[in-house]
Formats: sequence, structure tokens, C-alpha cells
Amino acid sequence: MADTSFFNEMLTADGTPRAAYKQLDGWLEQFPRSDLKRLSREAETIFRRHGITFAVYGTDEETERLIPFDIVPRILSAQEWRRLSAGIDQRVRALNALIHDIYHRQEIIRAGRLPAELVVQNEAFLPEMVGHTPARQVYAHIIGTDIVRVSENEFYVLEDNTRTPSGVSYMLENRETMMHMFPELFQSHRVAPIEHYPEMLRETLESVAPPACDGPPTIAVLTPGIYNSAYYEHAFLADTMGVELVEGRDLFVDDGYLYMRTTRQPERVDVIYRRIDDAFLDPLTFRPDSTLGVPGLFDVYRAGRVTITNAPGTGIADDKAIYSYMPEIIEFYTGEKPILNNVPTWKCEDKDSLAYVLEHLDELVVKEVHGAGGYGMLVGPAASKKERAAFARKLKARPGNYIAQPTLALSACPTFVGAEIAPRHVDLRPYVLVGDKVRITPGGLTRVALKKGSLVVNSSQGGGTKDTWVLED
Amino acid sequence: MLGRTASALFWLSRYVERSEDMARLLDVGYRISLLPGIGNGGHREDWKSTLVSAGCDGGFMNTYDEVNERNVVNYMLFDDDNSSSVRSCLHTARDNARSVRTALTREMWESLNTTWIEFSEIKPHHVTRNKLPSLLDWIKERSMLFRGAMLGTILRNDTFHFSQFGAFIERADNTSRILDVKYHLLLPQNEMIGGGVDNYQWSTILRSVSAHRNYRWIYRDSRPKPWHVAEFLILRREMPRSLIHCYTWLAESMNGIEQIYGERSPSMDIARQTYDTLRAGDMTMIFASGLHEFLQNFVTCNNKLTTALATDYNFA
Repeated sequence: MADTSFFNEMLTADGTPRAAYKQLDGWLEQFPRSDLKRLSREAETIFRRHGITFAVYGTDEETERLIPFDIVPRILSAQEWRRLSAGIDQRVRALNALIHDIYHRQEIIRAGRLPAELVVQNEAFLPEMVGHTPARQVYAHIIGTDIVRVSENEFYVLEDNTRTPSGVSYMLENRETMMHMFPELFQSHRVAPIEHYPEMLRETLESVAPPACDGPPTIAVLTPGIYNSAYYEHAFLADTMGVELVEGRDLFVDDGYLYMRTTRQPERVDVIYRRIDDAFLDPLTFRPDSTLGVPGLFDVYRAGRVTITNAPGTGIADDKAIYSYMPEIIEFYTGEKPILNNVPTWKCEDKDSLAYVLEHLDELVVKEVHGAGGYGMLVGPAASKKERAAFARKLKARPGNYIAQPTLALSACPTFVGAEIAPRHVDLRPYVLVGDKVRITPGGLTRVALKKGSLVVNSSQGGGTKDTWVLED
Repeated sequence: MLGRTASALFWLSRYVERSEDMARLLDVGYRISLLPGIGNGGHREDWKSTLVSAGCDGGFMNTYDEVNERNVVNYMLFDDDNSSSVRSCLHTARDNARSVRTALTREMWESLNTTWIEFSEIKPHHVTRNKLPSLLDWIKERSMLFRGAMLGTILRNDTFHFSQFGAFIERADNTSRILDVKYHLLLPQNEMIGGGVDNYQWSTILRSVSAHRNYRWIYRDSRPKPWHVAEFLILRREMPRSLIHCYTWLAESMNGIEQIYGERSPSMDIARQTYDTLRAGDMTMIFASGLHEFLQNFVTCNNKLTTALATDYNFA
């Protein structure tokens, strides 16, 4: 009998497959386990040869690692996806409206729906952005929305990544690898295609060209360079979009415009998809010691002569404290009820909340407000007494730095581990593009915690990924 | 094309070419060490000359006390402090390739990436004497695979031409350095000596540029004549590692860039000048004005071309 402490996406409580998984279940049944093992290794070889790697900070031995790829796909039905995508669409519209409002009239604060100090005292709030309106009033163009499922119809948004969400190249390479290895599965399933993501990204970036651009815009992906953990993705996206991959030193500002240094005359750049943080964009405006950015870039941006995606200062909408207000924010800007749930959140800076969190540390997940990548977080139920005690001390020292949420019973999907197929917990990061319209790729990146019982799916913490299918009706 | 992209393509090809040259030099050193001992400390001198030909004798002396096979092999294959060790060459080539992945074809990238992955799995202490030749063969093969992948898949645009610049400037540098290290053996007055020592020295030179067979096809000498060897490696177009062959390719790629960009750059004039000197050259003249001086001058011009390319095409 199946474990019922979590939602199993493939099997119902009595062990029969759900409709979307019916065929896959049969296919897995008949597939010899030894072949699965061989194919799993084959997939790894493909990834390594292609150089689809990421870097882990703080380890010397091997700077480039593979994210483990699980060959069992995750499947979402058309109906499930319709609901998810409607919820995501609503959310990204609200987020962009929020950012615009924060850097302009701050109606939401005036209306008393969001505390002022949460905004103005926030490290992610950029005073330099106040009053600036980018093309089409879009600030967060590329968003990764982290979603978990806890039951048949219950989805929660964990986080809205509005800075520089990564992972989309894995989504695409995973699909590529699956189609290469298991073509028969794609004949027997109507899987919504995702290959057009780079074109959609390009269309999105073209649609937000700055007012000063009068021809077809020149687009460039700005990377910190080959030692960045997501460098593979930067190169991949530039390549598949057919645009230049630039580093800060390839760019310069002259006479109010941004240019690339080429083998010939300088070439003007109109839209930058940047994969470096705000603080490093322009040493004249932000961190003076930054060598990754371009001196004078921000002035060109404010003058409407270049579009930076995502806009500087969008991190304000990616903040875990602001996150807790998302239901109000959605209602305020869209006039609609939120379609996707927010996870109840305790802000530890609040005295009563802190007391509650300290009391219930063994059942909560505690995260840093500005943290990312699963670093510096505590999963209460999985932590030892000692770890909890140590964390409690950090919490008491800087309560404002933390929020806490209940430990959600993440759904699980069949996963190939060792020599068998077993359920492992997953989350989902759909990729959303906002420009002249909202474009959502069906599915997204499923991250899976490969360790039995583990709820931490981050690749930096030993998580893997899966191809994610949305079935068409 | 970004200036940085041009630069990375240039250096990427240069370092792949260099990894192959290093393997070839080591291969020759190894062969000589198999010959019966010659004179006092003959072998040690030969390993020394391998280092000199590779241009890394200075660095070696800073690291090691003794010139012997193990040390030389280690230094030239694996030492991270030696920027021309095969390991460093492959590492630098791959880093450059990563930084311009969008300009490479998948075949080029994968051949280089696989080389790097497999090379980094080799443990230096596993490379015992009997395993050395097959490792050196493998290094050469990987470089040839990369070249083949490039020639077979790359668009014939500026991407191609900047890669060619790197490969052929490096190759010309390597050939001229090998010649210069042994130039005293190639002077006409040596012709009459023809003892066992010289014989193997000449074949060393030919082998280090993979040309001992080719030589016979061109000259049909019963024994290599030193000044034929010099002519072969400097002036014979048929010989793919000769200086003039390298500059024929460089001139062609220069023309290619000129056509694409619709303008002539100062580096083009430098390349053209060197090319013309080689085309007009004959061995009597070169020997008359001094082979060593000729080679020194060539190396200077060759280096000047790199600097000029970097300036003209914003390599920075």
C-alpha cells in the first residue's frame, strides 16, 4: 500500500495510476530495470559531453558539476496546467504592477495595504529607480515561479523569482535528452512542446525595446563570465536566441548610448538580458568596485536608450517579507481573488511570530529573507536537535533576517533511484515571460529531492531535475 | 563579432595547436632516449633541447633541479605553472571555448570538451614510460579531431578566419623555434660531416614536425642534407608545417577578412610583408645573411602580427 503522508502524483491511494500517468506507468512496468540504469548513465554522458554543468560555490575539488537528471518524466494534465497558468499569469501581472507602484506613487502603501518600512528599508529597494518607467511598464520580464503541490487540487507558490531566475536551459535540455532517448514516449503522449522558448524570449525582449530604438533592436545577454554557476545557461540562451553573449568589458557607454566592442565599428545595443545582480550593473551608480558591469550604463537606461531586463530593483518583489503580502497585492492590483495559494508566513521580526517560530522550530521551515539556493535554511522536521538549537541562536540574534513557513508535504513523483523506481518529493518552476503579453512555457523545470524523504530540491543541495510534461487535451 | 570573441577564437586555436606541438616534441625526446647512449650525457642534453624547443627551459629550471625524462615529461604534460604544458594548453583552450561557445559548432565544442574531461582524468604518476607514446598519440589525435571538426563544420566567415590566424601563427612559431634551436646543424658547412650523431639530429628535426617521410618524397636524398632540411621547413609550400605554408594560409585568411569587412587593416600589411619575404626567399640568400638572424627576424615579425591583430580587431 502506498505511503499516504504525501500526495503521490502518479498513483492513487490504492496503487492504481492516475489518468495522466496511465501509459507511463505501463511503460515503466515493462521496462527492464537494468536498461533503466544503463539509460540513466547514458543521459549523464550526454549532459557531460555537452558541458551542461553548473558550478557549486565553496567547493574546490570540482568546480563544474552535473545536475543529476532523472529519466522518469513528470506529467501534468491539461486541466491542471490551465489552472496553474491562469494563476501564474495573474501573479506576474500583479508583481509588475506592484513594482511600478513602488517606484512611483506607492498607492498600495497609501492605501495601508503594505507597510511602508517593508519597502523603503528594504535592501532590494533601489531609490535610483524612483520615477523611472521602462518600456511597456514592464519591470520583471523573466520570472520563475516556484510552486509546490500538496494534494490533488492544492498548489502553493513558494517564491516569485523576479531577479534572474535560472534553470530554463535545463528544462530545454531535459526535453531534448528525453526526446532523443525515448522517442516512443512522445509518440504515445501528446506532450505540449517547449522548444520555442528561446523564440518567445527573443520576442519578449524585442517587444520591450527602449523608446530611442528605431530599427530592429540589438539584443545581448550579459554574463559575469565563464566562472559563474549558470554560465552554461547564459551561453545557451544567447546561442539559441541568436544574439551576442557579452561580458561587462565588451560594453561601453559613449555619447549617451551603449555599445559593444566588435572587430569592426562599435555596435549599439538596445536590450540587455542581464544575468548579473543589480549591485554590479554600473560601478558609477552602484558598487564602485564592480568589474562585471558597465560604467555609465544606468544613465543610459534612465534616459530610455537601453532596456535592462529584468529592470534594476525588481528584487523588491522577490523579497520573502513582501511575499507574505501577495494575496493582498494581487487583490489590490487585479481586483481578483488569488488563484494560487500563498504559504502562510511568519515574519520573525514580529515579536509574537518569533516566539511562535522558536516554539515550533521542529515543524517549520525557516528561511533567510534574502537567501536563495537553499543556503542558510532550516527544515525543522529533518534537522537534529543540535542543528535546531544552533539555528535558534542565529534566529534570536537577527530575527529580522528570517521568515518561517509550515513544512509542506510536497507531492512526490516516480523517480529512478539506485535500482528501482520510487516516489521522491518535487517542486515546479514554470518560466514566465512578460513583454507585450504574458508568455508561459507549458510545464517548467521540475526539481526533485533525490534523497528519500528529503524536501530540499535545490541543485546546490543534491537535488536533481526531471522533464516536465503538460499533456494536451 | 565581439572583439573578445575574435580573441578567444584566436587563442583557442593557438592553444590546441600548441598542445599538439608539445606532444610531438615530447615524442621526439622519447624516441631519442631509446637510442643507445651518445657521448657524455647525450640523453640529458636531448631532453634539455626538447625544453628549449618548447620554449620552456627557463620555467623548468625554476621548478626542477635535474633535467631527466620524468621531470621533463611532468613539466611539459601536466604542470599548471607551465603555461605551455599540454594540461595548461587544453585548459586555456577550453576556457576560451567556453567563453565563446556561441561562436563554436557543437562538434568543435564537444571534441575539445571531451579532450579536457578525459585528459583531466589522467593521473601523472600513471603515465609510466611504456604508456607515454600512446598518450602522446592520443593528444595529437585529439588536436587533429578538433581541427577536423572545425574544418568540417565551421562557417567560412570571420569565425573561421580568426581561428586560422591562431592556428597558423602558432604553427609557424613552433617550426621556426625548432629550426632555430638546431640552426647550427643546418648550416651548409655541416653537410660533409654526416656522422651518426648528425643523422639522428636531422631526423629529430624532421620528426618533430611529422615530416621525416615527406622529406624523402620531396628530396629523394639518400641521407638528409642539412640545408635541404632547412629549405623544406622554411620555403617548401608542399610541407604543411613550413613557414611559407603557414603564411600562405594566413594570407588567404587575411584576404578573407578583407573581403568580409571591406577594409584593409595594418595587420594585413604585416602578414603580407612576411609572406612576400618568404616567397622571394631562396636558401643561398638566407644562409648568406645568416640562418639564425633570418629565423630571429621571422619570430619577431610573427609576434608583431599577433600584436597587430589584437589592436586592429579589439582583442582586449
